Amino acid sequence: MPEIRDFHAYPDAQGRFGRFGGSYVAETLMAPLAELTEAYLRLRQDPAFIAELDRDLTNYVGRPSPVYFAERLTRHVGGARILLKREDLNHTGAHKINNTVGQALVARHMGKTRIIAETGAGQHGVASATVAARLGLQCVVYMGAVDIERQKINVYRMKLLGAEVVPVTSGSKTLKDALNEAMRDWVTNVADTFYIIGTVAGPHPYPLMVRDFNAIVGREARAQLLEQYGRLPDVLTACVGGGSNAMGLFHAFLNDREVRIVGAEAAGLGLATGHHAASLAAGRPGVLHGNRTYVLCDDDGQITETHSISAGLDYPGVGPEHAFLKDAGRAEYVGVTDVEALEAFHLLCRTEGILPALESSHAVAQAIKLAREYPKNGIVLCNLSGRGDKDVHTIAAREGVQV
Amino acid sequence: MNRIDRRFVVLKAAGRTGLIPFVTAGDPSPEHAVALMHALVEAGADLIELGVPFSDPMADGPVIQHASERAIAAGVGLADVLGWVAQFRQLDADTPVVLMGYLNPIEIHGYERFAQEAVQAGVDGVLLVDCPLEESVVLAPLREAGLRQILLAAPTTAPERLAQLCQAAAGFLYYVSFAGITGAARLSTTDIAARVAELRAHANAPVAVGFGVRDAESAKAIAGFADAVVIGSALVERLAGATSAEDIAGCAQGFLAPIRAALDARA
Repeated sequence: MPEIRDFHAYPDAQGRFGRFGGSYVAETLMAPLAELTEAYLRLRQDPAFIAELDRDLTNYVGRPSPVYFAERLTRHVGGARILLKREDLNHTGAHKINNTVGQALVARHMGKTRIIAETGAGQHGVASATVAARLGLQCVVYMGAVDIERQKINVYRMKLLGAEVVPVTSGSKTLKDALNEAMRDWVTNVADTFYIIGTVAGPHPYPLMVRDFNAIVGREARAQLLEQYGRLPDVLTACVGGGSNAMGLFHAFLNDREVRIVGAEAAGLGLATGHHAASLAAGRPGVLHGNRTYVLCDDDGQITETHSISAGLDYPGVGPEHAFLKDAGRAEYVGVTDVEALEAFHLLCRTEGILPALESSHAVAQAIKLAREYPKNGIVLCNLSGRGDKDVHTIAAREGVQV
Repeated sequence: MNRIDRRFVVLKAAGRTGLIPFVTAGDPSPEHAVALMHALVEAGADLIELGVPFSDPMADGPVIQHASERAIAAGVGLADVLGWVAQFRQLDADTPVVLMGYLNPIEIHGYERFAQEAVQAGVDGVLLVDCPLEESVVLAPLREAGLRQILLAAPTTAPERLAQLCQAAAGFLYYVSFAGITGAARLSTTDIAARVAELRAHANAPVAVGFGVRDAESAKAIAGFADAVVIGSALVERLAGATSAEDIAGCAQGFLAPIRAALDARA
């Protein structure tokens, strides 16, 4: 791969990040994608749209989110300083709202009256239902039947917000199948429907658009570090399922070559067991859900079922920009197991009084490992992408506690 | 000459409308996969579209999705499908076979390797649902090996893209008669007629119409203005319960024969 001079120059006009990305979709989707691309490329440069988005991020989402020095956790680990970018403090409790606020505005500008979304952990579904309620748009959320069982609280939240939650019973009944079903809905109802994809995957322009809307995370964090610490962090880390919170944190730092970047994928029961969701660490290049990226599949090209304790990371593909960063050697991707994530979950609860989402607990576990590699004056910046209230039932059940 | 091209020349000379049934390879039963292909020809098929099962068939409705799931559960993979085509060719040297499916199984198999093995097995074309013209550069080894890349056009396709598709069309151009998944309700026949007439005037290949064709009546309506009619979900649904070779052949015959008769009645 040739030396990359400017990581911010990607994707190209066809939505390609090197050999990854693109638009691998059925003919029926080409026109709606072209319409969306045209609208989005116009809006992203429109000062009025940008001002409108900024207002929503400030007044509705509650940005900027703080960068918090986890002092007791740092002392407990005994390594570099661990800083947490507190996306868990956003409205609805995760980074997902950054993207849905943005896409809902795009939908309104395009005159669409119906929102559809897919969701895994339910965070994106809640974030979509939230913005749909606020703008008075109809909202349908596709969710795997297995995930519905794992995330009952979020399902109820979506219903309270006026969304219809459609259980998906095909395939592995998880996030990937919900995405298939949402695509089918979109193909059938393109005239009035806007599909809010929740991660930096899917066909062009989604990886670009979702990354743009989440890039506020890294832009803020970079400025906050420079202002509060007078320097950039030594290393960034974030959990990677589809990869939107990670891409959000990483993007502003991609051209800061001295900043190391590490993505934490779900290693489930362990990479060697085959029961995991680590597409980058253990998968291979393929085509899934409209883009070329790393996927988990067998030798026949069939997408394999994934495992993670965290529904939000339970996805056999990953955003194409991450695939590109991996091949370019700009970012490393490593696995964090269910057990490691749970340990980090408990540790953060006890040392900092912060209850992280199971997804984000993978990032915290990785931050702890990284902190041990750096001297005490070093800085590890970890994206705390969401809060863990939604996961208390999963954790209680796993630990044999009746709630 | 590629079998697809030759078949359409023959159809045109005879003034007949082509009948293209779609079945998912290995469904309802892997052991009768080859017998089913012969039964389709027996019942009047001019070309066979053979679905390569994929775990995530984004553009398909529940019927074909479930057929795909059943075939995968029965262990069907790309190598099996190629093997069945090769077996089919031992007794049928003329009926064109198009493999229909998604890109990932072929990407993982390797484009060069697939091209070579497919030609050797006697495959004539591929229709890869998630590989639009814009991304088709990866299929160059297939085209160079002599396989026809069947392209799709849809009611939503913009005029300038239609022109590109007509230009690039090979084998046949597959017109999807509505903007939706396979097996859903369709556009009005008058609407389709107008669009297909336009395509036939400009395309470098014959035009087949599919998605939503369910029976003799709907096939006959389309036969008036298309070079061929594709029938998928309704046939797959009909075959789903069949277990023995006789059942399967009976279903194929019972379903396709009236459609064949309806198509020929207007010729």
